[in-house]
Amino acid sequence: MSILRFLFAFLILFLSSTEKSSSQPVHIVKIGEVLSRINHTSDTVLVLNFWATWCVPCIEELPDFIKMEKDLANQPVKFVYLSLDFKKNLTGKLQPFLKKNEITSEVLLLDEPDYNSWIDKISVDWQGAIPATVVIDRKNKSQTFHEGSLNYNELKTIIQKYIP
Amino acid sequence: MKKFSIYALLSLLVIATSSFILNTTDAGYKVGDVAGDFKLTNIDGKKVSLNDYPEAKGVILVFTCNHCPFSVAYEDRIIGLHNKYVSKGYPVVAINSNDAKAYPDDSFENMVVRAKDKAFPFRYLHDESQEIARNYGATRTPHVYVLNKEKESWVVRYIGAIDDNTDSPAEVTKKYVETAVNELLEGKPVSTSFTKAIGCSIKWKK
Repeated sequence: MSILRFLFAFLILFLSSTEKSSSQPVHIVKIGEVLSRINHTSDTVLVLNFWATWCVPCIEELPDFIKMEKDLANQPVKFVYLSLDFKKNLTGKLQPFLKKNEITSEVLLLDEPDYNSWIDKISVDWQGAIPATVVIDRKNKSQTFHEGSLNYNELKTIIQKYIP
Repeated sequence: MKKFSIYALLSLLVIATSSFILNTTDAGYKVGDVAGDFKLTNIDGKKVSLNDYPEAKGVILVFTCNHCPFSVAYEDRIIGLHNKYVSKGYPVVAINSNDAKAYPDDSFENMVVRAKDKAFPFRYLHDESQEIARNYGATRTPHVYVLNKEKESWVVRYIGAIDDNTDSPAEVTKKYVETAVNELLEGKPVSTSFTKAIGCSIKWKK
């Protein structure tokens, strides 16, 4: 438990440092860090978007997500974009993509190649196709999972369930 | 405000409809189900069905495509599976179900090119109507169904990933498909009969 707490504190520390910097350092995370983030969602609604630079429908929905993130900047909603790009493509593909598209949102690279070991931990409804999005309420009492693309209005409908 | 609730209602409808569509595809086959036959065009222009494999003990059916980097990452391993198991009675049959309008790379013409470039030793079939992917419940590429011939029926004995490391074949620790086929060859039940994996979603026609 204390390890989890430590991990979480560590996560918060480096995440807050990410937010301050203008360039885009992308942190590589393991599934445990993502799950503890989900479990410690206390004061914000958490929107987790699973994507990759090689995934065409992911790239297509990204602008809608970023617009929503900006529109909800004053609301207790946090957006995290979990990239499933291979770790070896971090500097060659992911970072150039973020730079080119001027994406300053929080992007993490999820380095967990044994997909079967963790997909069900995000949602048992997830077959593994991306994009996939999960919206988690403030106290992690409920969540909405969606496999496939979402446009702005569809995303808004889901988030509205959790913020008045 | 009124306008927004109409939009909200509309998007709810869209989500409800799309999840209904997803559910119908999710339905698909489960391990233990009898798989239906198909008649699809191979890259040589000939129609192919499961009945064209009278000598086979089963078939390693792989829903894949040209454009998806995860499919590309597995191409050599899919060729390897065919070469290893065709003589043992389990040939690979690859099926591309993607909407070629969304992904021109996945058109029939480009399937022919890809198969030639990579010298695919197995048949590569075009599921143009997407009916077979929907029937089977394939949602991503690559998505494998190991079929075992039991009393003239093709029974689904494994659904899922090829192995546990897409990026690096050298770091694979669990060869799911190989293990399943080996167990079938030994007459044993398949120990891991269902796995999930990240993949490109199969693009459905609008």
